Amino acid sequence: MQVSSCRRAMLLGSIALLAGCVRKPQATFKGVDLTGASYAHDFRLNDAQGRERTLADFRGKAVLLHFGFTMCADVCPTTLARAARVKEMLGDSGERLQVLLMTLDPQRDTPQVLSAYTATFDPSFIGLYGTEEQTRAAADQFKVFYRKVPMGDTYTIDHSALSYAFDPEGRIRVALRHDQSDEDCAHDLRQLFS
Amino acid sequence: MKRHILALAMAMTVGAASAQVVVHEPWVRATVANQQASGAFMQLNASRNMKLVEARSPVAAQVEIHQMTMDHDVMKMRPVKFVPLPAGKPVALEPGSYHIMLLGLKKQIRPGDVVPLTIVIEGEDGQRQSIEVKAPARELSAMTHNH
Repeated sequence: MQVSSCRRAMLLGSIALLAGCVRKPQATFKGVDLTGASYAHDFRLNDAQGRERTLADFRGKAVLLHFGFTMCADVCPTTLARAARVKEMLGDSGERLQVLLMTLDPQRDTPQVLSAYTATFDPSFIGLYGTEEQTRAAADQFKVFYRKVPMGDTYTIDHSALSYAFDPEGRIRVALRHDQSDEDCAHDLRQLFS
Repeated sequence: MKRHILALAMAMTVGAASAQVVVHEPWVRATVANQQASGAFMQLNASRNMKLVEARSPVAAQVEIHQMTMDHDVMKMRPVKFVPLPAGKPVALEPGSYHIMLLGLKKQIRPGDVVPLTIVIEGEDGQRQSIEVKAPARELSAMTHNH
């Protein structure tokens, strides 16, 4: 059938338009899918230099946010060590991954301790802190459970051990569980860059 | 000469031993300046039913035995009175499980430092024994085991 070049152009044009409207296939995560969640949207905390940081500061990079404290001998070091390994696994995309540690223990985790701590895992990692009120507000925004538990002369902090990942557009996408392997974490984070 | 090398090699792999408990691969997590606490980890093999009941170290003001438990993604750490060491069954003090908590660190622990620890084990007859352990400090970011 002969189709005029004008008609052909219109046909191709409509197909192109439709193709653009077709939604990208939904990401499949090993972690907890938080795409479209009504919470976990932003934070307002200070970095070790005392500057206020919000999620918008990191637009253009995927962000992995973990809540912890430096006295934690177990979950926090292993989570941050895993984040450093996963960043490396991501190759070039790893350069566009910003890892953040928010302390649930501003009383003991001073800015100096915090920045030295995050730097040992990777120089690009940033520690964030706030007042007790700001800490509570940020944790509530992410539905992070935490509580101080007295322990002799000191205290420990029970806390949920999920790491929250945002895509480069600043949207919350997935929570990585503590027991996820390096490969599963890389699998999830890779999808944030597509 | 050969015997000396063999003995040295054995000592390095075994770490420390008593008649009933052998300590394998002890290590301590390094810290950053002014960090107040750290953890010591190791594997314990008891030939008879024993318990780890106490730990001490000159590097910390207070040393306790802790257990980490995960309760629906919430991490909890609690001091425990002892760690059971069943006969013939290796027990790992490792992230995700038990560890020796070093509280009130007197100074920074750097990678490569050797931290002296004394662990106290108790038999079913109530008799206690101390074992001296030398635990090398590993980088904070050291990979501990595969998940």
